[in-house]
Amino acid sequence: MTKRPLIGKILLYTAVLALVFWTIAPYLWLVISSLSFKIDLVTVPLKWIPTRLTFENFKGLFFDNGEVTFNTGLFIKALINSTIISLSTMLISLPIGILASYAATRIKFKGNRLVLLAGLMAQMVPPIILVIPLYVILRYFDLLDKHLGLILVDVSICLPLIIWLMRGYFSSIPADLEDAARIDGASRLMALVRIVLPLAGPGLVSVMIFAFISSWNEYLFAFVFTNAAAKTLPVLIGEFSTKLGLEYLKIAAAGVLASLPPVLLALIFQRHIISGLTSGSVK
Amino acid sequence: MKHRKQRRTLEGQENTLGWVFSAPALFAILIIVLIPLLRSFAQSFQQLDLARPAGNGWIGLGNYFALLKDQRFLNSLWITVRFSLISVLLELLLGLSIALLLNNNFKGRGFVRGLMILPWAMPSIVNAAMWKWIFNADYGALNAFLTQVGLMSAYKVWLSDPFWANALLIMANVWKEAPFTAIMLLAALQTIPTHLYEAGRVDGANGWQRFSRITLPLLMPVMLMVSTLQLIWGFQTFELITVITGGGPFSSTEMVALRVYATTFRSLSFGYGSAMAYLVFLVILIPVIFYTRESYKRIIDY
Repeated sequence: MTKRPLIGKILLYTAVLALVFWTIAPYLWLVISSLSFKIDLVTVPLKWIPTRLTFENFKGLFFDNGEVTFNTGLFIKALINSTIISLSTMLISLPIGILASYAATRIKFKGNRLVLLAGLMAQMVPPIILVIPLYVILRYFDLLDKHLGLILVDVSICLPLIIWLMRGYFSSIPADLEDAARIDGASRLMALVRIVLPLAGPGLVSVMIFAFISSWNEYLFAFVFTNAAAKTLPVLIGEFSTKLGLEYLKIAAAGVLASLPPVLLALIFQRHIISGLTSGSVK
Repeated sequence: MKHRKQRRTLEGQENTLGWVFSAPALFAILIIVLIPLLRSFAQSFQQLDLARPAGNGWIGLGNYFALLKDQRFLNSLWITVRFSLISVLLELLLGLSIALLLNNNFKGRGFVRGLMILPWAMPSIVNAAMWKWIFNADYGALNAFLTQVGLMSAYKVWLSDPFWANALLIMANVWKEAPFTAIMLLAALQTIPTHLYEAGRVDGANGWQRFSRITLPLLMPVMLMVSTLQLIWGFQTFELITVITGGGPFSSTEMVALRVYATTFRSLSFGYGSAMAYLVFLVILIPVIFYTRESYKRIIDY
């Protein structure tokens, strides 16, 4: 590598700093706001670095003067709903998607391409087309505003992703390994569970995170299909921030809490996520 | 003879096993995607007003003809096309610059690269709420920042001006999406063999020539794929609009997803809303088919 001249180095680091600032600043401002006293944020000129911090905005989401009231109950309920729905979506879509992906990749049968094509097309249909008939169908089966209704929809959204991502991992595992196990009398399912899946470990982790994040972040379907009992956190935040006169700092605190699980997961498992995101398009 | 029979049953077993393994996934996609898709196609040829059920029934292409004369819908379609195209262009320019930047060696590269995933992981609704707070006319960070650095003398009510409302929505969208483009392009950059650049250098190509003759052509396929995907996503934008502007001022930011939602679930015109959703799908059908075909080819080649 040739040595960079000093001026080039300065330009490089300036650009990097600008990029870091552009990426972090908006989110950091949300975090700072959520930890600030209202009085400190309404002064002109605005001070960017607060001199004191508070957890009042967060506490206010859970308790009203130390008690759980109707309003705070809404937030706690939405948090629980989001957790139930995303975890169930992840746990249900994972085995279904893995089986289908394994079949499409490793089993020679006539539906091979059908599975892949169905998955791909399912991913490309705009949600706004699906939301209207699904509303009618869910209402017919009495699944509106129920956890199960939203889980079913979310599972189908996650499936294509799982099928496609796992295919990449499955096809990287040598077939000999599996064949050896099958000659020993292990059935296909056993070979999948005992031999193939442990080898596809990194793929499993990324697929689990993708499924969780896409269900946790999903807004449109949750917004149309739930209104009280199964209302998710994104829907509640949407409501908070469209209603006038609501406290901005409470919205900021709710936003920080809602973004924490996906953001932390993504940052911790960034290697898995990035290899998952890029596996389809870059070869 | 016996041997062949055995092989055939083995093949039959494989076939059955394949269907058994993929049945749950295919069933879920059938119920949640395919049937609704067909159902909503059928609905688009009906008058289906839940508020006035008396006139309900098949009306052929009636909804579609009405849509072609519906100024509010056409306006929202135009806003959506404009929003998506400008977003894609900016995401590509910014994404490419970021990818090229991150392809350099510098201290903390791993950290900055990991940071690119933050906007991608954020729930869109939180992204929307976050920017709404920043754009706030009285206490927003944007006004405070611009006045403090001396670019403005007084606070501005950004979101009541159609031009600024649209521009800022695009900015909020680009903030979230450009890092995704960057991640994809960076991965593609890293697959370009270094000997190509060395050969270029030996042949006396300068930095710009190496970029335009080697990097750009090799990145082209990925750039096309990511931009198509971003274009399709842009058309589906919903959270940003509902939260930040609600479609205003004067419907100037009302994108199609919001129009479809309002027609269907507020005016309760399910038939008209379905036709609207299908017409929008038709507009982006070519990018959708292109993207589907390309990714299918890529994955089949594995």
